[in-house]
Amino acid sequence: MHTLLRDTWTVFARAMRMSLRNPAWLVISLMQPILYIVLFGPLLEPLSGQLGPGNAYQIFVPGILVQLGIFGALFVGFGLIAEYRAGVIESQRVTPASRTALLLGRVLRDVVVLLVQGTLLVLVSIPLGLRAPFLGVVLTLIVIALLGAAFASVSYALALTLKSEDAFAPLLNAFVLPVLLLSGILLPMTLAPGWLQTVSDVNPLKHVVEGTREFFVGGYDTSTAWWGAALTVVLAVLGWAFGVRRFRRESS
Amino acid sequence: MIHARGLARTFRKKKQEVHAVVGVDLDVEAGEIVGFLGPNGAGKTTTLRMLTTLLEPTAGTATVAGCDLITDPVGVRRRIGYVSQSGSTAPEARAGEEVVDHARLYGMSTAEATERGKQLFRELDLDGLWERQPKTMSGGQRRRLDIAVGLIHIPELVFLDEPTTGLDPQARANLWQHISSLREQRGTTVFLTTHYLDEADALCDRILVIDHGAIVAEGTPDQLKSQVGGDVLTVTAADSAQMAGIARLMGMLPGAEAPQLVEDRVIGRVPHGGAALVELVRGLDREGLAVSGIESRRPSLDDVFLGLTGRSLRDAGAAEPAAEVAV
Repeated sequence: MHTLLRDTWTVFARAMRMSLRNPAWLVISLMQPILYIVLFGPLLEPLSGQLGPGNAYQIFVPGILVQLGIFGALFVGFGLIAEYRAGVIESQRVTPASRTALLLGRVLRDVVVLLVQGTLLVLVSIPLGLRAPFLGVVLTLIVIALLGAAFASVSYALALTLKSEDAFAPLLNAFVLPVLLLSGILLPMTLAPGWLQTVSDVNPLKHVVEGTREFFVGGYDTSTAWWGAALTVVLAVLGWAFGVRRFRRESS
Repeated sequence: MIHARGLARTFRKKKQEVHAVVGVDLDVEAGEIVGFLGPNGAGKTTTLRMLTTLLEPTAGTATVAGCDLITDPVGVRRRIGYVSQSGSTAPEARAGEEVVDHARLYGMSTAEATERGKQLFRELDLDGLWERQPKTMSGGQRRRLDIAVGLIHIPELVFLDEPTTGLDPQARANLWQHISSLREQRGTTVFLTTHYLDEADALCDRILVIDHGAIVAEGTPDQLKSQVGGDVLTVTAADSAQMAGIARLMGMLPGAEAPQLVEDRVIGRVPHGGAALVELVRGLDREGLAVSGIESRRPSLDDVFLGLTGRSLRDAGAAEPAAEVAV
């Protein structure tokens, strides 16, 4: 256990240091959520009456947070492919370091980045008109941290399997667009016609998004909120198990 | 230091079984520098990846640095260093930090790792590059940095995969010196793969030749060369129409094997090159055969390889890369 923690810290600190040293990455990753809020949020304001309870930002901000958690995390595998090519992954794998730590340290970096982005996004939304309970925001950030960890693990596992950007990029694109459109992230699925709602019902991420929207209007004991939270935990366990399994396997 | 029996690895590719390594037996003693020689696709890298715990063997057993490869891979990892072909550091990282982080994965403290890292940088002529990004270093410097990373935890056994591939001749010679001094100064056992014969010849106490996934010969460079038997005579014909005549003369030399015709050259083997050369020149003169070049030389490892595998190592270098692809 002690080794796992120490190795995780070493891998995390290295990953974090390299991210922070890359100014372009830093600016882009912080600007993106702000652009969404500033350039897309105002479009929803006139619609807020049709969207359900709360103001436009109470609906929109949780969606963008979940989007950040999932789709931001899914792309972290690209960095791993670059590291693989430079021989870093293999050179870490010949050390006695815990295989889990090699994954966990990187995922932790991604989660920390995600939480910073998410917090910034919430803060920027306040002057634009976001009103939400503190507890609801904190619960939502926990949800996206769990989701982010799950999707980052999946991304790393797939990257380590495919080992090529050319194979990884189309796979991500094939997955991201339908899931994004069927999750109600940008607009709630309550606006959709019946058949589209039915299709989106099988997408667990839709329920996660709806759950976080409940958090943002303070509906903590609703079934929607509970479903969202429960599915988040399930996704987190599955995603993490998938990643760890891949990292523990020999011959990678 | 390494004892392997029947080590084998089979890959499945599209329902087809690829036997990358069919059964390798090898023994390396402490303090040896052993070269693992073979063309691309022969199974070098696959064997190396098995011995370094990166790839699980499908059959066979091995103990590496005193630990069982299958039951105690972590013990093996603790005791070995591995310098892979693809490098070990991120191009944008700082050299010193990569070295220290690597050491920390072996449980070393940052202070201990920094001290040891800086000492290795001095030994490997990397002075002043501690803060540099690997992407701004020369190929030779980067390779020495990889070696520093591989040695940071003071392993008793170090694996070098094609250490000088892609380096210019000066950087190669320099790296050879550093590799030799590993053994001289710290008694480190070195196991290196190469497809350069001169490298194996210059550096290694003993050579293992692998082809088609099995070891086909082993011995010191001199033992292997003496297997070829005698010296190599090469005559370059001035007129290719006279090659048959030259070959006939060469074949009549005492103890000569049937010469081979390669392009405009006649190549044969004789027990004593010097004496045969004199006789051959007289014969050529007598029969009025014109030549544009003639030489007698000691056999090289390339001749050994040709004799063992029927292929020249240089030609084989380009062929059959499929099985060597890192998996």
